[in-house]
Amino acid sequence: MLAVYKRELKGYFQSMIGCVFVAFLVGFTGIYFVAYNLNAGYPYFSYTLSGSLIVFLVGIPLLTMKSFSEERKNKTDQLLLTAPVSLTKIVLGKYLAMVSVLAVPNIIFCLFPLIIKLQGIAYLKVDYISISVFFLLGCVYIAIGMFLSSLTESQIIAFVTTFGVLLALYLWDGILSFLPRSASGGVIGIILILTIVAAYIQHMTGNWLISGGVELIGAAVCVITYIMKAGLFENILKKILGNLALANFFTDITSNNIVNISGIILYLSIIVVFIFLTIQTIQRRRWS
Amino acid sequence: MIEVKNLVKKYGNHLAVDNLSFKIDKGKIYGFLGPNGAGKSTTMNIMTGYLGATEGEVLIDGHDILREPEKAKKYIGYLPEIPPLYMEMTVQEYLDFAAELKGIPKEKRESSVEEVLKLVKLKDVRERLIRNLSKGYRQRVGLAQAILGFPDIIILDEPTVGLDPKQIIEIRELIRDLAKKHTVILSSHILAEVKEVCDYIMIISKGRLVASDTPDNLEHLLDDAESLELQAKAEPSRVREILEPIHEILSIKMEKRTDGTTFASLDIKENTDIREKVFFAFADQKCPLLMLNTNRASLEEIFLELTQKEEEPKSQVLEKKEAKTDAGRL
Repeated sequence: MLAVYKRELKGYFQSMIGCVFVAFLVGFTGIYFVAYNLNAGYPYFSYTLSGSLIVFLVGIPLLTMKSFSEERKNKTDQLLLTAPVSLTKIVLGKYLAMVSVLAVPNIIFCLFPLIIKLQGIAYLKVDYISISVFFLLGCVYIAIGMFLSSLTESQIIAFVTTFGVLLALYLWDGILSFLPRSASGGVIGIILILTIVAAYIQHMTGNWLISGGVELIGAAVCVITYIMKAGLFENILKKILGNLALANFFTDITSNNIVNISGIILYLSIIVVFIFLTIQTIQRRRWS
Repeated sequence: MIEVKNLVKKYGNHLAVDNLSFKIDKGKIYGFLGPNGAGKSTTMNIMTGYLGATEGEVLIDGHDILREPEKAKKYIGYLPEIPPLYMEMTVQEYLDFAAELKGIPKEKRESSVEEVLKLVKLKDVRERLIRNLSKGYRQRVGLAQAILGFPDIIILDEPTVGLDPKQIIEIRELIRDLAKKHTVILSSHILAEVKEVCDYIMIISKGRLVASDTPDNLEHLLDDAESLELQAKAEPSRVREILEPIHEILSIKMEKRTDGTTFASLDIKENTDIREKVFFAFADQKCPLLMLNTNRASLEEIFLELTQKEEEPKSQVLEKKEAKTDAGRL
């Protein structure tokens, strides 16, 4: 794992991508910092940080796009997969290397609140918490980008899909307002989500019994609960899918100073899920 | 050392490897021979754990490559068809990385990289980016990676592709050297190469093992089709007269040469040697025999015969297999 980690990290800074990413993030945040904190005199660095969230939309896909797609295209994955190292370690090594690249600008960000403190009052606790949650959010995005990169051989496709997914997550609140609120709409929506999950299971396992079973049982449960207690499904799509507006947990901190622990747990679980999915995707490809 | 049992690999409906089984013993050079698309690379990819088999198992020193991958892979060094090189690294960096990836202990890493660099003659280019190396050098870097740490089994997929003749000879010598302590398996579609280097040849065609033996024994394989060629200083009719009393001859083909000699090709009964009889027959008649030669099938002929005659029964087997799986799905 250490070998993969070291090579990847070195590769990021040798191939410019890492440097560009760090410069991009720090430069953009610096402009916001000058505008909000230094010129306007607003004492919260966290507010500045929420502005640079948009940099992730381009920056993270840049970082993750080549993680697995390039290996597959150049057939260097043959070296990794035939080495006496488990696949989990390879994936973790790559993931941690990308997280380390992300950590560099975040460590630099830690200086900004101190600069504010030099000028007067600073709210260090809020600022540092928001920096670490910002970092964690970046880690979630990296996990998603890594997974998408493992699905394709083309860096471009990996970049575009990751950008699209992150953009959708960024605009999630707006998208949510289009969803139906009625109970019947909720049932249909849930069954739709269930179908997508079943289709994925089918694709991964190739077993009609399992995927069909999941689909049938899930749909039956939905319909029965709908008949028994229709009220449950009112607004359900917004309640469930609203959690996917991942950045909300972060903006809660920056704008309202509310730290939501469940949000952090959600972040961590999403990271674990996408690392797991990446491993499964690579594992599965060996059998197809 | 390596045991492959009933290996099957399907890509969709295409059967790439069809029920392949063989055993590989220690300290020999094995050659996988087959035309393009015969399933050599797929078999090697499965043996090294890069691909999963649809059915069957691969045991490396008793460890199943899928159940105990880390233990099994420790025994193997692998050079795939396209060397797995990171273009943005230097040769030195790449080999250091490979050494660490293979779990060579830290204190031994430097010396083993050094040794490998010397063996494949890469010392001059160690600081150069792999991107800037020629195909032959890249192939050698890939080979260096495969033999790094000197695993017990070294698997090379077409190791001499893209090399110039001098490099080919060097690589062959290196492979022979390696075989003193290691088991080497290499694949090739070039017959002469396999014949030159290998102790044992496995001919694969359409995913099936059609023959496996030492090069010498393989040449004997078609002995039953043996024929005798001779050239005598006489008219065809006289040659036929002289050969008449020998019963072992099944048929005679004759050709009159312009210099007044006759060239004859004789089909003879299986497992008989009639050279002495032929000699004395001509000697008794005082007819000069200019040439006498048993015509043994060459490895080329065997290769062609084995890989081409497969076509007929093969498609039937495939159909049967498909019928079976369809039934299973229903």
